[in-house]
Amino acid sequence: MCNYLIGNVFNDIKMYIFLIFIQNKNGDNMEKRKYQSIVKKYTPKENRLYNALVAFVVGGFMGIIGQGLIDLYSYFLNIPTKEASVFMIVTLIFVGCFLTCLGFFDRWVHFAKCGLIIPITGFAHAMQSAALEFRKEGMIMGLGANMFKLAGSVIIFGVVGAYVFGLLRLLIMGA
Amino acid sequence: MTNKYDNVFLNDVSTVTGPYEAHGPFSKLFDKSYDEFYFNEKTFEQAESKLIDESVDILLNKIKKTRFQIDLHISGDLMNQLTSSNYAASRLGIPYLGIYSACASSVEGLIIGANMVENKVCDNVICSVSSHNNAAEKQFRYPVEYGGPKPCYTTFTVTGGTCAYLTREKKGVRVDSSTIGTVVDMGVKDVFNMGAVMAPAAGDTIYKHLMNTKREVGYYDLILTGDLGIYGKKMLVEYMKTEYNIDLKNYDDAASMIYDIDSQPVYAGGSGPACLPLVAYSYVMEKMRKGEFTRVLLVATGALMSPTMVNQKLSIPSIAHAISLEVI
Repeated sequence: MCNYLIGNVFNDIKMYIFLIFIQNKNGDNMEKRKYQSIVKKYTPKENRLYNALVAFVVGGFMGIIGQGLIDLYSYFLNIPTKEASVFMIVTLIFVGCFLTCLGFFDRWVHFAKCGLIIPITGFAHAMQSAALEFRKEGMIMGLGANMFKLAGSVIIFGVVGAYVFGLLRLLIMGA
Repeated sequence: MTNKYDNVFLNDVSTVTGPYEAHGPFSKLFDKSYDEFYFNEKTFEQAESKLIDESVDILLNKIKKTRFQIDLHISGDLMNQLTSSNYAASRLGIPYLGIYSACASSVEGLIIGANMVENKVCDNVICSVSSHNNAAEKQFRYPVEYGGPKPCYTTFTVTGGTCAYLTREKKGVRVDSSTIGTVVDMGVKDVFNMGAVMAPAAGDTIYKHLMNTKREVGYYDLILTGDLGIYGKKMLVEYMKTEYNIDLKNYDDAASMIYDIDSQPVYAGGSGPACLPLVAYSYVMEKMRKGEFTRVLLVATGALMSPTMVNQKLSIPSIAHAISLEVI
């Protein structure tokens, strides 16, 4: 009797699992999966090689400009490379922000993609474009609250990343 | 749900656009176009509101009526809290209904208006919609000047405002029937691939419309979907074939018509609530006036996208409403 009951319960459970299985296979999900294959078929692929190449060349060019500026500052102002590189960063940030305000940096970013986003110009551009956008909603609630809309995560995870890697360095290489 | 109408007519329409549309193939057919994005207003949101104001003004001039003679104003747009419509309505002072079903708002407005007019709830209705490229970018994506890289299959929000005038007076184009769509979610999560999100909703609504009215696809001289874009259009054709075994004939998509896709920087075409009516109230109306089209089915498609829910990893639901127009 007991065995029979347990057997019955097991059968029920088996049946239930089977039903769920069937439903998943032939019900809603099947239709969705079929549709996903249509979507995949007609969604064009980005030309990644071309994008990477453009980003590589433009990014490399940015590097050359940066190095040129460092050399220029250390030669003319007669300061060590470390200080000259700070000058270089400030210059690039200013130029990035200025071009954003003039209204055509977005077109360059659209073309060069990561070639301009990864260098410091991209960070400056992200902050400046948000600031321009929300200026009309007031200084505190608009500009102040939204300026880090895009750049906020970079700062947060930059700081967290610095802590983690600093700690790793301390543990592996010693103080 | 499909409704038939005997006594509703789309008497007149008006269109106002921004610069990109003015450089597109239908530039000469629009009532008014601006060549910048602010329209002498301070912000993009206020500019979008002005689009509705202007389109209503132009329409009232065309039909030679004052705003006090209009019984009801139905309006929709993409902004949070329907900002553009509400602020335009506050200036117009006509009894007002605000509606939202993203880019399907245009036809939703026409359906509500047609039902009201048919059942003699009111004598005349104006239905307006608007969208503004920069205002939508700011709300749904990145700041305008950021210009973050986007994939080539994304769509470009149309800048424009349109208005239509519905009465029982026999003039213009007859509103034949309408189908209210159901919300469809096919599990697409890519916010840049709106064509893929909306194609199944359009398919569902077209199928139900044809079923309920017992018509063949060839009955219509043009089936015009809202804003699927050049890739979404292909998806819809294939989806109709595999899912319902229907070969779409005389089919086109407003998103891929409103711009010159090869020469303008608009990715896969237009989008936004104003996309379908801008094409329908200019190009299609012109063709109907000339008698080249006699029966047209407008299928407005809307992706009911919320940035919050997308960030919570949910897929994007979509809806489509259809309305059919006939030459008198």
